[in-house]
Amino acid sequence: MIISVASGKGGTGKTTVAVGLALALLEKPPADVASVTLVDCDVEAPNAALFLRPALGPEEVVELLVPSVDAERCTLCGRCAEVCQYHALAVVVDKVLVFEDLCHGCGSCTMVCPEGAISEVPHRIGTVARGRVGSMRFAHGHLDIGRPIAVPIIRQAKRGMHDDKGVLVLDAPPGAACPAVASMRGADFVLLVTESTPFGLHDLQAALQVARDELGIPVGVVINRDGIGDDGVERFCLDEKVPILLRIPFERRIAESYADGVPITQTVPELRTGLLELYGRVREAVA
Amino acid sequence: MKQILILSGKGGTGKTTVAAGLAHLASGTASLVLADADVDASNLELVLHPELEETTPFEGGVKAVIDPDLCTACGRCAEVCRFEAVLAGDEAYAVDPVACEGCAACYYQCPVEAIAMNPTQAGEWYRSRTPWGVLFHARLFPGEENSGKLVTTVKQNANLWAIREKADYMLVDGPPGIGCPVIAATAGTHLALLVTEPSMSGLHDLERILGTVAHFQVEAAVVVNKWDLKPSRAAEIEAFCRDRGVSLIGRIPYDDAVTRAMVSGEPVTAVTDGPVTAELWRIWRAVADILAD
Repeated sequence: MIISVASGKGGTGKTTVAVGLALALLEKPPADVASVTLVDCDVEAPNAALFLRPALGPEEVVELLVPSVDAERCTLCGRCAEVCQYHALAVVVDKVLVFEDLCHGCGSCTMVCPEGAISEVPHRIGTVARGRVGSMRFAHGHLDIGRPIAVPIIRQAKRGMHDDKGVLVLDAPPGAACPAVASMRGADFVLLVTESTPFGLHDLQAALQVARDELGIPVGVVINRDGIGDDGVERFCLDEKVPILLRIPFERRIAESYADGVPITQTVPELRTGLLELYGRVREAVA
Repeated sequence: MKQILILSGKGGTGKTTVAAGLAHLASGTASLVLADADVDASNLELVLHPELEETTPFEGGVKAVIDPDLCTACGRCAEVCRFEAVLAGDEAYAVDPVACEGCAACYYQCPVEAIAMNPTQAGEWYRSRTPWGVLFHARLFPGEENSGKLVTTVKQNANLWAIREKADYMLVDGPPGIGCPVIAATAGTHLALLVTEPSMSGLHDLERILGTVAHFQVEAAVVVNKWDLKPSRAAEIEAFCRDRGVSLIGRIPYDDAVTRAMVSGEPVTAVTDGPVTAELWRIWRAVADILAD
């Protein structure tokens, strides 16, 4: 079972919920849960490790294959630049320029070069590290500073982390663009964490469209900081027939222990029951 | 004309609250053009009463489509696709439009020319009038690519408008993270205002966004939102900024007026004269001072 925890709006509590759910399942595993794994897919702002303090193995370097042009063989025909959809190649007077940070690593230029003058060389864009938190498996990725493309790091972080008898929790990045999509793709269920404010609602709508309408994945909502704002999210969920699976109250002690990197299952132990019930409802929805 | 970009690394630290508050305060004494560069979670419009004046479709990129009548199911497209976007079939192959990154590798490799690269509308961008300046904003359709390109489109149009109207400042509400849309948003920026919160996550992500703006040689100043929620973590951020030689120009206290303003659809400075507004005033004066040098 793969559960992706997403949100649309940033800072609504994705990491709080993902970490809380993983720990609740780990401490009191339901009969069908043989293992628990958490992958932090927010490779631009990865914070799950601050709460879980995993023992990590060596960093894997994530590389994209980018073109390298052999000037001896290149005839400056321009075919490579012509096929590149990302403007990552340009033919100037006497050579081909490669803009590595625009390259998506699709390999098209290499395939079309009539002289076989292009080879692909690795270009570092970030890292992935894997480890453990007790018996929980953990992975997270880091996009290198100044590099634009996050999706290959998300893909690599997820790779090999799922086993059929376990639960894999994915902590997704905010937004509704490609990094968020990459973190929801392949999930059996998407938990949308929101807060009951107009901002939370606006961005929940976009995330819901991606998860339910584009990807066709069943969804449920978690309302965080319950009690602030208005009833817009509530009414929206009712209209859209999206179940509200958990409410996390707005309390100062939660904000304070969040600030110190304390998982919510420690601050509010009674939430463990709520998180396990949430898992039960997710399992029913997926079955 | 000076460009101010509000960023945070971590989402939900209060970028939009700060942007709307500064827009409301600064527009009293200066002429502004506003832009929302968070194109997949564009919230600035929710508190600025925009009156829509112009909508323009945004063509993102192209996506591959396989003609099932021409396809011989040879599998070459699946072989060359590096984005796991080609779905195999017995009679014909198909492309998953959500996974397709529009690279056209399959288009060039298909031996029977069964693949077309079709332009997709990936979103829209808008020009609106608000009481505090013209607002350029956009909506990336959910799940679409090219958020960086849409950010660039929004900012270029805002910039042209600002130059034409001889605006004093262009104030840009940025996206979270440090990747493609953030990098697109930093172009042309004179000052990046980094909004953080007093938590371990806030500090961790501040460090990454500070590295990012430094990489692109943009000057930065820091604002700590909900300053008093965790004084010990706020002190850590203070020390971090001192170590890095970055000015910390604002300490916004926690106040439920911020949520009230969001609910009533107003800049926070329009609903309270309390400490949040006073601090946003101080922040605006500090920004204007930095940019006057």
